[in-house]
Amino acid sequence: MAKQRISAGSKVFDFFNYFLLALLGIITILPFIHVVGSSFATSAEVANTKFLLFPTEFSIKAYEYIFSTDTIFRALGVSILVTVGGTLWSMLFSTLTAYGLSRRDLVGRRAINFMIVFTLLFNGGMIPTFLVVQQTGLLNSLWALIIPVTINAFNMIILRSFFMNLPAGLEESAKIDGANDFSILFRIVLPISLPAIATISLFYAVTYWNTYMHAILYLADADKWPVQVLLRQIVVLASGMNYDAETYTDVPPPEVTVKMATIVVATVPVLLVYPFLQKYFAKGALLGSVKG
Amino acid sequence: METTALTAKENAKQAKKMKRSETWRRIKRNKMIYLMILPGIIYFLIYKYLPMYGLIISFQDYKPYKGIMGSEWVGFEHFQRLFESTEFWMIFKNTLVLFGLQIFIFFPIPIIISLMLNEVRHSFFKRGVQTLIYIPHFMSWVVIVSISYVMLTLDGGIVNAILETLGFEKINFLLNEDWFRPMYILQVIWREAGWGTIIFLAAITAVDPQLYEAARMDGANRFRQMWHITIPAIRNVIIVLLILKIGDVLELGFEHVYLLLNSSNRSVAEIFDTYVYVAGLQQGQFSYSTAVGFFKGGVGLAMVVFANWLAQKFDEEGIY
Repeated sequence: MAKQRISAGSKVFDFFNYFLLALLGIITILPFIHVVGSSFATSAEVANTKFLLFPTEFSIKAYEYIFSTDTIFRALGVSILVTVGGTLWSMLFSTLTAYGLSRRDLVGRRAINFMIVFTLLFNGGMIPTFLVVQQTGLLNSLWALIIPVTINAFNMIILRSFFMNLPAGLEESAKIDGANDFSILFRIVLPISLPAIATISLFYAVTYWNTYMHAILYLADADKWPVQVLLRQIVVLASGMNYDAETYTDVPPPEVTVKMATIVVATVPVLLVYPFLQKYFAKGALLGSVKG
Repeated sequence: METTALTAKENAKQAKKMKRSETWRRIKRNKMIYLMILPGIIYFLIYKYLPMYGLIISFQDYKPYKGIMGSEWVGFEHFQRLFESTEFWMIFKNTLVLFGLQIFIFFPIPIIISLMLNEVRHSFFKRGVQTLIYIPHFMSWVVIVSISYVMLTLDGGIVNAILETLGFEKINFLLNEDWFRPMYILQVIWREAGWGTIIFLAAITAVDPQLYEAARMDGANRFRQMWHITIPAIRNVIIVLLILKIGDVLELGFEHVYLLLNSSNRSVAEIFDTYVYVAGLQQGQFSYSTAVGFFKGGVGLAMVVFANWLAQKFDEEGIY
């Protein structure tokens, strides 16, 4: 009897649990489907349909419009350059640092670790950092989006924990065979660390693709703006609602479909990479994270 | 007696010497490793520690052409101005309110979702939901705010269209100061709630299944198992994340708030970061806005230390 009752309650529990989770998943993705759907619709249909998800009349007019000038090509080019270059740059230095600090016999390891972790708890803030970027001559250069964020301390710590969990015998046997530390890292450690490398690369790539604040802080020339800044110009500023709206000129606001299409263009590249790397990051992100 | 004491002393000396030469040997052996971490250390010194040194301009009347060495010292003048301005208290309050929303509304949500996901037995369904709810984390704040804009705008925005159909009045979400806070926290939830589950799910997987077995034997239903086994088991992870979150007290996301900010909602939306940006970089008050940033960073650091101390008082591990 008692057993029966438990399983009945369990069934009700399951029903609500599955239902709520499914609802959560759908609600999460619905706004994005709405945006993608509207970007492929005609302006008239967007205006007349209450809840547009899939357009009845397929139209690529909005995309034709945004790609008719080279503004968005240039912005996409900047974003791609910064994302690819920045990810390689950051991975190189993060891996070197993480591997070095994963070596338990390193004298001074604790002090260096502390020095890095401390930067997570306290930093100089926006203005002093700006002054350093300025004095190192990066202002108005695309390097300003990359060099000041070379190593993300969190990412480095995740990599380090991953390397620390590798069997210690691996390095010793390679050393006996005469390998030096660099060849151990690049020829032995990195190939077997693919899940962690892929995960952290994805994290860096996403950060670089989404870079916005550093662009508005450090880049003055509009032709160096990455796609996120352009998106803000087209959607947020064109609504005439932003804080420093003085920069806004009197060009007529773009049509809704154009805004939607720009959002899609600024988002899709990241979402394309995500499924390929998902199998890695579920595993990879867990490693360092649980230890905090 | 004396001789043994002497030899003991000598032994200690000898050991110390050996230890020192051993240290030297280890340093020499690892010179390539030092070479590896050198660029990383240089990076942290230049782009993280040099700005900390730069904080001293908050005690100066900093003039860019004079530099830190040449600028005049003014003591606590900027901090005094800060605490005396009414602006400051408005910003302080806004920052605290948004922080409160993050801790009390956002923070528990990923934990609840993880507990729910953990009860799912069909791995296909579980993975499907996870894939969907992770996605927004990869979108920039610009994208998320842009999506909100096109959905919430007065004419043609889908949300107002629905409100109208249901017979309600249209709401100007973007220019209404009452809607800023709900909008802010909903966007945070939408973007980060799914992603936040990763760490809790990882912690849940580490729970010993025998504990559940035993609880079932004792007649615990699934809620009781959750309450008495799962939650206590992940308590430490929850506390560590809470400490980190508290340390982030004033890090509410410059980009996010900056994008939502406009002259209509400024009285509830202006926070330390946006204020530093405007006062510092747009109006050129370097020293004053650095003082604002310094105050913010100092409070943040104090909060982590306090939260960690509190956690250790209650016999938890803490983060250091």
